Amino acid sequence: MELEELQGIAREIRGRIIANSHKTKTPHLGSCLSCVDIMVAVYFHSLRIDPAKPKDPGRDRFILSKGHGAPTLFQILARKGFYPEAALESYGQDGGIFAEHPPTPDHLPGIEAATGSLGHGLPIALGMALAGRAQNRNYQVVALLGDGECNEGSIWEAAMMAAAQRVDNLTVFIDFNKWQATGRSEEVLALNPLVDKWRAFGWDACEIDGHDMGQLVEVLSRKKNSKGKPVAVVAHTVKGKGVSFMEDDNNWHYRIPSAEELALAHKELGVGA
Amino acid sequence: MRNAFADELTRLGVDDPRLVLLSGDIGNKLFDKFKDKNEGRFFNCGIAEANMMGVAAGMALSGLRPIVYTITPFTTTRCYEQIRVDACYHNVPIIIVGTGSGLSYAELGPTHHSCEDLAILRVLPNMTVMAPADEVELRQCIRAALKQDGPVYIRIGKKGEQIIPKNDDNFEIGRSITVREGSDVCLIGTGTLMPTVLEAAEMLAAAGITARVESFHTIKPLDEKALGDILSSYPVVAVVEEHSRIGGLYGGIAEWLASQDEKMKGRLISFGTDDEFMHEVGSQEYARAKYGLTAGNIANKIHAAFSSSSK
Repeated sequence: MELEELQGIAREIRGRIIANSHKTKTPHLGSCLSCVDIMVAVYFHSLRIDPAKPKDPGRDRFILSKGHGAPTLFQILARKGFYPEAALESYGQDGGIFAEHPPTPDHLPGIEAATGSLGHGLPIALGMALAGRAQNRNYQVVALLGDGECNEGSIWEAAMMAAAQRVDNLTVFIDFNKWQATGRSEEVLALNPLVDKWRAFGWDACEIDGHDMGQLVEVLSRKKNSKGKPVAVVAHTVKGKGVSFMEDDNNWHYRIPSAEELALAHKELGVGA
Repeated sequence: MRNAFADELTRLGVDDPRLVLLSGDIGNKLFDKFKDKNEGRFFNCGIAEANMMGVAAGMALSGLRPIVYTITPFTTTRCYEQIRVDACYHNVPIIIVGTGSGLSYAELGPTHHSCEDLAILRVLPNMTVMAPADEVELRQCIRAALKQDGPVYIRIGKKGEQIIPKNDDNFEIGRSITVREGSDVCLIGTGTLMPTVLEAAEMLAAAGITARVESFHTIKPLDEKALGDILSSYPVVAVVEEHSRIGGLYGGIAEWLASQDEKMKGRLISFGTDDEFMHEVGSQEYARAKYGLTAGNIANKIHAAFSSSSK
């Protein structure tokens, strides 16, 4: 897929996420917008998945470890064809399946793990990667973490085990938007130097601009290194990316856009209402 | 019991390539044979139990049958949220084994005691909870657990447990086993305290009271049929467990009993640990005695209860 096409999908997904937030009063908008480009690149450029066979044992797997990014994941899975886009009309409705966090794989095709409690997704992704090796299956596992999520000790437990096991079918993206719910992630728990931390934990780590589709595609296309290391991509992002008045403003962790703000956002993104 | 566990897993692993064993930095020598016979299927996850449980869930979601093994508090309370979310919410087939449960590691202090595990695991949706009495039941538990589609918790002892003689070899999850017949009172036991329970029954017999002894190797789901039979037949029923008297097997049976429409004949007595941490040092034997988990104490209390019930 051409870069322009990926960028177009990202714009479209952003428009839908904001519309959904407005309509259903769903928070975490800033967090959902910062990881759109990463997830579009992963899903539309990299993952070998077939919506007709969501349980294919050889499929690649994506784990949204920062489960509060579910509104982004739901839009992407619909766009990929795991379920009709119209199904998302029931988002947040009583008795529905689309909650603020992903349900279990048994309840929605395309979901690999029910996340939401932070620090769970990476250990699960590691288990999947190890299972692939134990069963001689040639699949890749990609996990997306929040920078705030890196507060959780279980992330670093998993990081150590992945290195010890020389897992080389696991790639982690850290959506480094520099914010968590109540403040700058650097101030809350001294996160920096983040890429050095991953490197020190034995990972093949690099930094990229998490909104640059070219860099994302490049990092996903790299030949799997033979060093027997898991890969960590610290993706520098902007919370609320794509809408000028939301960018890097942590109020949008919980704020819900008004009708006027939605229209303005759609205008900036150049997508239809 | 630990040796039987390792031996059984080694055999089962050879037949089932899906079986993988995860250990939290214990049992290195114990699992040497497993590692030999099942190459690439033993994972030392280090002292990082939250991750270990998540890894197990990821493996189970990918078609493997993980068995997670470490000392009971670390495979239960330490990583409780991972058990709740990763194992139970996803309803994946993980077998969680807690070794040295109850007061087995009494001398290591309360950090290593586990008198709450049955209570906290029993409440989790999808979870099956088992406490085999001896290595025979343990082997049966593991084989049955591997046929389940959801998570199973098995609490075991350490080593040197007595084997309980039984006539009934028919093992099913959620079906209790009658270890001894008796018509006056009934003792319901679970886990490795069973020899003590049987000894109490012997002492009662010497005093002219015949006691039925029932092994409840499954705490959840409860054998409601057996309970209905027992509580409508015996005037005194005792539950004996190396666990807090809050929330374990007694708690489960009491909840069940309270929900029954029919008035039961039985008076339900609980033998278990007090609602406290044990601050003094002591062996397992000492600790059991401290909480009245001795054949003598159990027999005396049952004797007194039976005498007052038949007045």
